[in-house]
Amino acid sequence: MTGFSRHRKSGACVATFTAFEADLLRSLASQLIELLRNETAAPESPDPLEAMLDFSGPTLEPEDPVLARLFPTAYPGDDEAAAEFRRYTETDLRNGKASGAASVIDALEEAGLTPQPEDGMFIDIELSPEAAITWMRSFTDMRLAIATRLEIDEGDEQYWHELPEDDPRAQVHDIYEWVGYLQETLVQAAS
Amino acid sequence: MSAPSPIELDEPVTDDLTALATPWVTIVWNDPVNLMSYVTFVFTQYFGYSKKKAEKLMLEVHQDGRSVVSTGSREEMERDVQAMHEYGLWATMQKADA
Repeated sequence: MTGFSRHRKSGACVATFTAFEADLLRSLASQLIELLRNETAAPESPDPLEAMLDFSGPTLEPEDPVLARLFPTAYPGDDEAAAEFRRYTETDLRNGKASGAASVIDALEEAGLTPQPEDGMFIDIELSPEAAITWMRSFTDMRLAIATRLEIDEGDEQYWHELPEDDPRAQVHDIYEWVGYLQETLVQAAS
Repeated sequence: MSAPSPIELDEPVTDDLTALATPWVTIVWNDPVNLMSYVTFVFTQYFGYSKKKAEKLMLEVHQDGRSVVSTGSREEMERDVQAMHEYGLWATMQKADA
C-alpha cells in the first residue's frame, strides 16, 4: 500500500494503486454518487407549478444521517434562514459532490481500470493541482459517509482496533483508515 | 429592450443601516473525521490565509471545538459556509454579536 507523492518535475500528485485498491475506490465513489442521487432532495413545495418548474431546492435537513452531515444546517438557531439557505445551496452541493466522485471514477478508468480488473494490474494516477482538490473533497465525503454509518467518534480508535477481524465493521473501519491515509498523503503532496 | 424606469429611493432607515453594519461570522466546528492537515489546507486554499494563521484556526477548531474563520457581510458568509460544505467541513454562520 502506497499513498500519494509529489512528482518532482511536473508538481503533479501521483499514486499507484493495485487493481484491488482502484476497484475499491471506484466502488466507494459509486456508492457516494448513488447516495447523493437516490434520496430525492425532499420536495417541500406544495405548489405544483413551482415543483414543475423546479425552482426550489429542499428546505428541510435530509433524513439520512450521512446526507445530514454532508449538508449541515447553516443557521442553527434560525429555521427560516436555514431553510432558505438549503433551498439555494443543497442542489448545487449535491451535484458538485456527485460530479467530484464521478471524476474520480473517470480518472481511474482512463488510467486503465477495467470493469473486472485482474490481479497483478496497477493503476497509475497523476493529478493536477485542481484534480487533487477534487479528490481530497471526494475522499472527505467518503470518510464522512463511512464514519457516520459506523458512528465513529473522537478518540475511539482503540474500540475499532479491538474488534475481531471477521467483524464486518472492522473491515469497513480498515477501509476508512485507508482512505484517511490516502487523504493525508494527498494533502502533503499538494501542499 | 426596455428603458430603465426611474427608481424611487426610500429614505434610509437607521435600523437597516445598523443591521448592515453588524458583521456576520462563519464558524467551523470540530468533527471526529476531518484530518488536521486537511483542515489547515482548506483554510490556506480557500481563504488564502498564511500557513501560520490557518494552523492557528485549525487548532482552535480541534481544541476549543469551534473557531470563527471569517467575518463579513451576510452574503459573503453564506458563500463561505457553502464553500466549507463543499470541502466537507462542518460550518455554520451567525451574527458576530450573537
